Amino acid sequence: MSASAVFVLDLKGKVLICRNYKGDVDMAEIDHFMPLLMIHEEEGLLCPVLSHGSVHFMWIKHSNLYLVATTNKNSNASLVYSFLYKIVEVFTEYFKELEEESIQDNFVVVYELLDELMDFGFPQTTDSKILQEYITQEGAKLEVAKSKVPTTVTNAVSWRSEGIRYKKNEVFIDVIESINVLVNANGSVMSSDIVGSIKLKTMLSGMPELRLGLNDRVLFALTGRDKGKTVVMEDVKFHQCVRLSRFDSDRTISFIPPDGESELMSYRINTHVKPLIWIESVIEKFSHSRVEIMVKVIQRKMKYRQFKKQSVANNVEVRVPVPSDADSPKFKTSTGNAKYVPEKNLVVWTIKSFPGGKEFLMRAHFGLPSVENNELEGKPPITVKFEIPYFTVSGIQVRYMKIIEKSGYQALPWVRYITQSGGKLLTQH
Amino acid sequence: MTDSKYFTTTKKGEIFELKAELNSDKKEKKKEAVKKVIASMTVGKDVSALFPDVVNCMQTDNLELKKLVYLYLMNYAKSQPDMAIMAVNTFVKDCEDPNPLIRALAVRTMGCIRVDKITEYLCEPLRKCLKDEDPYVRKTAAVCVAKLHDINAQLVEDQGFLDTLKDLISDSNPMVVANAVAALSEIAESHPNSNLLDLNPQTINKLLTALNECTEWGQIFILDCLANYTPRDDRESQSICERVTPRLSHANSAVVLSAVKVLMKFMEMLPKDLDYYGTLLKKLAPPLVTLLSAEPELQYVALRNINLIVQRRPEILKHEMKVFFVKYNDPIYVKLEKLDIMIRLASQANIAQVLAELKEYATEVDVDFVRKAVRAIGRCAIKVEQSAERCVSTLLDLIQTKVNYVVQEAIVVIKDIFRKYPNKYESVIATLCENLDSLDEPEARAAMIWIVGEYAERIDNADELLESFLEGFHDESTQVQLQLLTAIVKLFLKKPTETQELVQQVLSLATQDSDNPDLRDRGYIYWRLLSTDPVAAKEVVLAEKPLISEETDLIEPTLLEELICHIGTLASVYHKPPSAFVEGSRGVQHKRLPGSAGSGESVDSPDPGSAAGASEAPPAVIPSQGDLLGDLLNLDLTPPTTTGPPPAPSSGMQLGAMDLLGGGLDSLLGGDLGGGAAMGAGFGAAPAAMPASFSAPVSGGLDDLFDLGGGVGMPMGAYSPPKTIWLPAMKAKGLEISGTFARRAGVIQMEMTLTNKAMSVMTDFAIQFNRNSFGLAPAGPLQILTPLSPNQSIEASLPLSTVGPVMKMEPLTNLQVAVKNNIDVFYFSCQYPISMLFVEDGKMERQVFLATWKDIPNDNESQFQIKDCHLSSDATSNKLQGSNVFTIAKRTVEGQDMLYQSMKLTNGIWVLAELRVQTGNPNYTVSLKCRAPEVSQCVFQSYEAMLKN
Repeated sequence: MSASAVFVLDLKGKVLICRNYKGDVDMAEIDHFMPLLMIHEEEGLLCPVLSHGSVHFMWIKHSNLYLVATTNKNSNASLVYSFLYKIVEVFTEYFKELEEESIQDNFVVVYELLDELMDFGFPQTTDSKILQEYITQEGAKLEVAKSKVPTTVTNAVSWRSEGIRYKKNEVFIDVIESINVLVNANGSVMSSDIVGSIKLKTMLSGMPELRLGLNDRVLFALTGRDKGKTVVMEDVKFHQCVRLSRFDSDRTISFIPPDGESELMSYRINTHVKPLIWIESVIEKFSHSRVEIMVKVIQRKMKYRQFKKQSVANNVEVRVPVPSDADSPKFKTSTGNAKYVPEKNLVVWTIKSFPGGKEFLMRAHFGLPSVENNELEGKPPITVKFEIPYFTVSGIQVRYMKIIEKSGYQALPWVRYITQSGGKLLTQH
Repeated sequence: MTDSKYFTTTKKGEIFELKAELNSDKKEKKKEAVKKVIASMTVGKDVSALFPDVVNCMQTDNLELKKLVYLYLMNYAKSQPDMAIMAVNTFVKDCEDPNPLIRALAVRTMGCIRVDKITEYLCEPLRKCLKDEDPYVRKTAAVCVAKLHDINAQLVEDQGFLDTLKDLISDSNPMVVANAVAALSEIAESHPNSNLLDLNPQTINKLLTALNECTEWGQIFILDCLANYTPRDDRESQSICERVTPRLSHANSAVVLSAVKVLMKFMEMLPKDLDYYGTLLKKLAPPLVTLLSAEPELQYVALRNINLIVQRRPEILKHEMKVFFVKYNDPIYVKLEKLDIMIRLASQANIAQVLAELKEYATEVDVDFVRKAVRAIGRCAIKVEQSAERCVSTLLDLIQTKVNYVVQEAIVVIKDIFRKYPNKYESVIATLCENLDSLDEPEARAAMIWIVGEYAERIDNADELLESFLEGFHDESTQVQLQLLTAIVKLFLKKPTETQELVQQVLSLATQDSDNPDLRDRGYIYWRLLSTDPVAAKEVVLAEKPLISEETDLIEPTLLEELICHIGTLASVYHKPPSAFVEGSRGVQHKRLPGSAGSGESVDSPDPGSAAGASEAPPAVIPSQGDLLGDLLNLDLTPPTTTGPPPAPSSGMQLGAMDLLGGGLDSLLGGDLGGGAAMGAGFGAAPAAMPASFSAPVSGGLDDLFDLGGGVGMPMGAYSPPKTIWLPAMKAKGLEISGTFARRAGVIQMEMTLTNKAMSVMTDFAIQFNRNSFGLAPAGPLQILTPLSPNQSIEASLPLSTVGPVMKMEPLTNLQVAVKNNIDVFYFSCQYPISMLFVEDGKMERQVFLATWKDIPNDNESQFQIKDCHLSSDATSNKLQGSNVFTIAKRTVEGQDMLYQSMKLTNGIWVLAELRVQTGNPNYTVSLKCRAPEVSQCVFQSYEAMLKN
């Protein structure tokens, strides 16, 4: 059905740890993986599925590790990749960083986790919060009495344990929107979309029932309400705690939240957005001698809906690609700092605080060697990163968050809004 | 403190030291030792020698230690099966531990110990665990049943575990239900006939309820299982769809894809005019688009699947072109897949946008991507007629960039555009010719040569251009050589006066100096054609070619249906049916979509109509071997029947060449009248020097040609094997007899060529047969009226009857013959193809066929494989019909055509056949059923012979 075995390899293809789940694929087959990967890489035909004889390798790469699943059946490939990414997520939550050292330092726990995450190729419990309740890194200190299966594992509510207590009951809601805008060389917007997500930090006691109200247009249409601005969400994805069938029938977002931080939902909005920050650039390349770059950033004037005040963009970062053989950089900026990052062939210009309606300028000058680099280089785009707090492009709003728990406590919901760039791209030349 | 320290103790006598530590009294020391053992195991050291010592540590109340020991057991039990028994007691004990975590751990681990001997000890603990009060133990035990089944299926069935497992589908805990479903699906997959998952509306309802409550993975198991169900009617189908659609909002891409699979499949049953059908279509698009923001590997799987979905239901994503635009930082595999989908979605409405994008991509740096982008422009031109002109001018712009691989790729696609829109864009030829010198890739060279040959009459210096290629003829790849040969022949037929020398040159290069049989054969065919009948040559070589269609790259509809049923799996990623890459899945049923609604047929009806109904007017697909270069003669030529060594270049051949050109030219210039006849005379000297396959009488030359051509669409006659020498001159005092059998107008003919290789004249021929299996006997005397002079050959045809005396021969179709002449009596034996005995009224009634097939015991059935056959099922059926093998019914099941055929032998024996032809698979399977099973082998042989000739 899915994986026969899972391997964690280092960059050279050495097996750091592995787990054979089904025994129908020879574990030695993994030796073919690395050579196969190299061949494909050389031919420029890299592919997430490789096969050797009747064995298929599905792999992902995470920092300096390869996670590989083998199978000889018609496995559910999407399940396998989701699972591999889940392993990364769980290990990262356990060890902070998932890398060669952390695997070796924690091999006993890694084995225990691999045993619990999947059985005979079927993924089992993969919620790291719940796993942490019965698989701990301090195995030595664990008392037998304490090592019971949390009922949560097999509960319908498998993401929240019972008996959680907080003195002060609060829930923090972050509405984060990232906008992706692709602008071509002529300055016209090729594509734009908004990807939003609502993140929760839940500090609530017991098993609270939550209901989240948004200014969702479909919901407003359903309930016949017709006032205020609404938002059309193109596609909504929910954390497993949300009752999908309920949402499907009446657009109610109701759930029992996982404790602590979690992403409740994500959505996509397909409306046309004007870029919040605009870039103009002139890049002149004089072969054999120098390259001159001039970049201008402009922030569109925007008013906050809530409080009539100019917007301010924070931590603006403009990344301008330069030829790989450029040298002796010189910069001049009207504000902020410019820095040359040779290993990435970039100039990074950072502006801490950028008020709306303003524009800034940067000039850069690089020398080029007299011997021409024969290798053809791509034309990576200029990208801009920024954050604008207290603001969402789509205008989405949390109208209410109802919290009901049988003990009847009062809880406070806090809401924050922020807009980020999802990497705004500008094709140059 | 980290665990890494356990890896660093590499001293001499390590095993010995570890042994001592493992047997230590101190708990802490023991545990440390086990950790060291596991660390050694992890880095690949063999620590199996410690088996008994480690197993001794198994009895502990320390959970962590227990887990490590269990891990060790799983790894080494297989290599130490006898000692693994030692562990059994502890397992059994642990299965009754008060702590459910330990019970589950024990039952999980023991299933992973793949040692046959201990399986039976595990039955009782497993039975208890399946009924355990704790759901965690039950869900683990459910999986254990699948594990045990994998090791010993019989045991699991005997112990009744399958029924218990089925009961767990009704368990109160959703996770138990999900694992039970997963385990049952797994078992069912490896045992397709077990009928384990007899899904009925009640179980479906249970599954749908559990779907709302279980984990993301459990949801996938349930959805994948649901996808195997066939709803009874459209109402049930709709209600399932309604309960599955909420899953499209799940954050896990795999859940979404599995839900899409169920919906795509069940949608087939909904009437198109239903409101809900439209709603469903609309609901599918956004989640598919969102999949493209997942991790790249998941994006890749999603894109491969979207490629299928777009082919099956183009309406779902027709407005979503933009999301498939390539992003700068997409991995190459994502980029290439997006390109492919862009082309599939291209339409008149969005073509401008698409072209602008493609042009942009063509200037990127990644060579593979650029090439594919250029090709994509060509495909756009072929797909969207209105855009052709724009595409051509874009391609011309790209050619102007002079980037070598861009130019070459552009020329390859322009050739395809010419094939789609003949006589429309020839004005660009001049530009193409300018780039002739820069072409160094075979495909581009071949394409350019094709263009020059095809438009030879409009290119003033076509002969010079082609001649320039000819200089390095032997260094070219086969593709280019073949193309050059054809192009020059075309040129000659168009401008015969100036190009004689050229064509002569290329023909001799191809036939005499080449080792490549394909090239030689094509050379001979052209030569033959030009010499026999130049008018016919013109008709063949310059024939109007079928237009290229955009659909050439579509997946064949039955395969597509099967792949839709496998959405999300490797099959959908590879675009291959599972049977093509999973070992041991040959007998497995191919999945198919349910019939469309309102067709009134039950889904299991063998009537091909339901499959056709579901695939709504499958687009005409040009057979894939008719490769894009596909001029008529480029179709795969089956090798000639006689594969002798290449003929040595002889003076006769040279002479023939001269003659050929002289004569050919005459007749070309002399117009159509009498050209053929004049030619035949002019060619008189050549046949002697031709290879055996061409030494048949001249008049048969064209027939031979068309026989070789295979699927060219000529009516097929009965199969007759080539003549072979039955009686060599050595053994018969100078008389050589070669011959064959044929069936003409219901009469079996024995056709012989008698050659006198002796010094004296031969007369008084007579013939007699020994008794044989089917009573063959000469129906008259052997008619050789004139005496046979030395070095003379004579053709004789002897009609045969089947009423002679019968005696079973070994082999069955052996025939012993005696031939007498004025010198002596000679004996020889030969074998006739059993197909000669197939009578004209061998077509069975459908009903009779069905009844007979059932009636004949299965022991009489034999199955054969016919390898390397490249005919479509229709061509196969036509071909066989020529030899009185009658196709009674045809059924298409999951990409396989099943032909049901009957034939009747002269002695009244019926043979029934089922021929399985799978698209894309050159190996056919034929199953024969006959009351006299001994004929099967012969029938099979003649099947092979009939199909391959």
